[in-house]
This record gives sequence, structure tokens and C-alpha cells, in this order.
Amino acid sequence: MNAINKRVAADVLVWILLLTMPYWLNGLGGYTSLGSRVLVLALAAMSLNFLLGFTGVLSFGHAAYFGLGAYGAGMTIKYLVPSTLTGIAVGVIVGTTAAAIIGTLIVRLRGIYFAMVTIAFGQVFYYIAFRWNSVTGGDDGLSGWQRLPIDLGFTRIDILGNDKAFYYLVLVCFAIAVAIMAALLRSPFGRTLLAIRENERRARFLGIPVDRHIWFSWLISCVFVSLAGALYALLNNFADPHNLRWDQSGDFVIMAVLGGMRSFWGPLIGAAIFVVLQDYVSSQTDNWMSFIGLFFVLVVLFFPRGVLGLVRRSAPS
Amino acid sequence: MSLLQVENVSKHFGNLVAVDGVSMTVEAGELRAIIGPNGAGKTTFFNLISGFLTPTAGYILFDGEDVTHMLPARRVWRGIARTFQVTEIFPELTVRENLRIAIEVAAGYRMRAWISPEADGKVRARVDGLLTMSGLTSKAERQVGELSHGDQRATEIMVALALKPRLLLLDEPTAGMGERETYKITQLIHKLHRDQKMTIVLIEHDMRVVFHLADRIMVLAEGHLLAEGTPQEIAANEAVQAAYLGQAA
Repeated sequence: MNAINKRVAADVLVWILLLTMPYWLNGLGGYTSLGSRVLVLALAAMSLNFLLGFTGVLSFGHAAYFGLGAYGAGMTIKYLVPSTLTGIAVGVIVGTTAAAIIGTLIVRLRGIYFAMVTIAFGQVFYYIAFRWNSVTGGDDGLSGWQRLPIDLGFTRIDILGNDKAFYYLVLVCFAIAVAIMAALLRSPFGRTLLAIRENERRARFLGIPVDRHIWFSWLISCVFVSLAGALYALLNNFADPHNLRWDQSGDFVIMAVLGGMRSFWGPLIGAAIFVVLQDYVSSQTDNWMSFIGLFFVLVVLFFPRGVLGLVRRSAPS
Repeated sequence: MSLLQVENVSKHFGNLVAVDGVSMTVEAGELRAIIGPNGAGKTTFFNLISGFLTPTAGYILFDGEDVTHMLPARRVWRGIARTFQVTEIFPELTVRENLRIAIEVAAGYRMRAWISPEADGKVRARVDGLLTMSGLTSKAERQVGELSHGDQRATEIMVALALKPRLLLLDEPTAGMGERETYKITQLIHKLHRDQKMTIVLIEHDMRVVFHLADRIMVLAEGHLLAEGTPQEIAANEAVQAAYLGQAA
């Protein structure tokens, strides 16, 4: 029972910190859109971790669906409908549809083969975005559009002019996505995913159609990573082809492993460390990635369960 | 009609003939032991029944239905559950979670994102029942990977039982166990067979266990069926003594 109380306490703490972030982040030398960036990338890393940490399947191509979400949202707002919410919806639908189709093709693969093929498919989308200048803006990215205030009829939320308003829009999306993933992980379906992670052979001989369950896990993961991508484009008022590339996928994996992929909040911690370190170190030197790399190597060598794993181990059990 | 009918199955791996035209009929409620020297094809034979492998020739009927080429998960849905020679469990989950997953899958909840408190209560009650039966209640909240070898084997058997199988396949349930653990597992299997009329096929090297438990014994040697009969018949069989019991003595 003590363990359950601790988990509830951790949940409450995380939500309080996230809800109040715009009010204390500036005092620590941050700024509101840095907070939004942490949230968006944390959502992407937590979505990846649904597959990696809780199903035991490593995708090295999640940037593809992140980027499809970003371009889906940006192109919708730029070319079709000047509506932020429609942009988000289209981004998620585009990313999810691609994931559903590609998932069917790769779901039988395991381990390194799965990871390699996800990279390959990711690169396909990257090159399309990179080459198709007239539509995607090519290497320059998709610019010339911006997120628009949300009109709810009775009120109007100015997410463009007010950074805090946008932060809370992101937080609402984050909260919904995270709540759904948490609920799924505590359901019978979620437990079959843990079973697959723990021992695929045993899972199969319990009567779990393993490939089908991995496909669903992949799809759920990609729904939320597309959502993160759409939000990321809105945050920057820009869609960048590099968001589709394999190194972006690698960043998500690094965030998840850094924070601790066996813990639910691990990737959030990982994303926060990653973003803050990047923000701070990149203002000092162009070689910010080598610092993150060094930090990553130290964590993997000495705390293989990530930062949260370390905290949990040192706490008296 | 017999519960399990294996008809003349063979399994070839390239030039190696692991199982060569073996037939076996198991009646509901029977406890059948399969014995034989190492490399006799016992585990391969098991793998053909459970769907881990498919036979090169022959067919397998379960409750009258042809399952020869059916996927493992589907055979489980029909009621065939198994354990493995090397324990296959969910090591980083607790004993309780291991059992719970099996019960939920067997109850048809595997795609459910939500279960009612009532259904949840039933699942919990079954977990508790299985824990009591196996004597693992005091270790329910421990990760299975941390338990002793014997408790891990017991957990695996309980996980298979949680599926409410009509046919339970146990591959060397007492392998690597000490005296006391062997006794506990033997008692458990005996209880299952006697009290629940569970149909069980087991592979076993420990002859005391085999002769204590089995209704009938089948002897394999080099992929062939060497003999089949009651424990008394097998003990008296000269070919078996030559090929197997003699070797052990």
C-alpha cells in the first residue's frame, strides 16, 4: 500500500509542477515557450516509451510520425483551413494513417530488424519533405503560416499572442494523451503488453496474438507522437524537415532512456533534462550535443534504469 | 472420443529425424508420462502438440478438431496450455501479476481497455485461489525473477493452470529441483489430476515421480515409439530396460 501512496504522491507532484510551470520557470531563468517545448517533447518521448518501455519494442523511426503530425498541421493551416484545432486533428490523422499502414508491414520483425526498418521508413518521409520544395518548403522547412487563436464561440483563446495560453493548450493535450496511456497500461490490454515485453514466448503460449498486440501498441504510440509533432509545429509556427529525420528519432530514444524507460514519468524527466541542457549549453557552445552525449553515456553506464531509476533505488524500500 | 489424438507424426530438421512416426492417444482425465533418454525427441514431440513446431508428416486432433497447423495462440484458446523445460515466466512482474495476466487473457479480456469492478473482483478472487493452491500466497507481491527455482517452476505451472486448460502439457516440471521442491510439485500435480480430473501429459526424468503419478507411460527412443503401457507394464518391458532403465542404473 505504501508503494501505491508513493506513486500517487509522485503523480500529484508532477501535475502541480506542470500546472504552475509558467509561474516559476521565468524565475529560474527559463521562459514559457521553453516549458511548452519540454511538454511537447516529453509527450513524444512518453509516446515512444509506451512502445519501448512497456511493450519492449524499439522504434528508431518515430520522428517520421512526429514530422507527419507537424507537416499535417502546418500544411492544413497554410493551404486549407485557418484553424489551429483542425490543423492538430489533420496532423494526428496523417501520422496515424501512415503508422497504421507501415505498422502492418513491419510488425512481424523483432529487435534490431524492427529498429532498422523503422529508420528506413522514417528516412523515406524525410526525403519527401526535403525534396518536394514547392509543397513542403524543402530544406527551408514549411514557413509562412502561424497558429491561430482558438474560437470556442463563447470565448476566444489567444494562443498566438499569449505564450501562457499556448502552454495551457499544450498541457491540456498532454494531459489527455498521458491519461489515456496511463489508463491503458493499467488495463488488461496494457498488461498483455507488459507480458510481451517480459517474455514473448510465454505471452504467445498464453494465447496472446503477439503481433496484433504489438501493432496496436505501435499505433497508440504513433497517435500521440503525431499529436506531439502537430503541437511542435504550432509552437514554432514552422515545420522542419529535420523533425522527420532519424537523429530526431534518436533524440526521443535518448530522452526515454535518460529519464528511465521502465518508469511512466521517466521520459518526461529525460525530455526536461535534454531540452534545458540543450537550451543552456547551446547558448555557450555549438557543440551542445557532445555534452548531452557525455551525460547520456554516464547515465547508461552507471544508472541503466535512467535518472528516475536512480532515485527509486536510493529511496529506502 | 479421445481428447488428444496424435497420429503418426514426424518431424525432420534437414537430415535429422527428431520424431519418426509417433502416435499417441490421451483420454480425458488421464495423466500420461513421456519418458526416454536424452535426445529421444520428447520435447520436439511436445512442441508439435503445442504448436511451437508443426510436423513434417502426420496429424493431430484435439477434441476431434484438426490442430496440426494451427497457431500456438489458437491452440491455447482451444484449451491446450504448456510449460517449458526452461522456465518461461514474466520475470520482472510479481507472482500476482503473472497469474492475473493469464486469467484475464483466458477470460477474453485481452483487448479490454477497462474492466468492470465486478469482473475485476472475480479476477482477483481467482488469483487468490491459485495462490492458495500453490502455496505462493506469501510471495505474491515478489517479482518472480527473484524467487527460487522451485517457486518459479511452480509459478509457471500456475500460470498455465490459470488458463483453465483442458489439456496441460508439462515439460520436465521437476527439472533442476531439490528433494523438497520435487515433492511439492509432485503433490501439486497429483492434486490437480485427482481433484480436478485435469488431463495432463508430462515429460519427466525422475522415475519416482513418473511411477508415482502416471496412469500410462510412453517411452520414446531416438524419435521412435519404443513402448507404451501402464507403469507395471513399462517396468517389466525388456526393451525399455535395455534402452533406458538399464542405462540409468
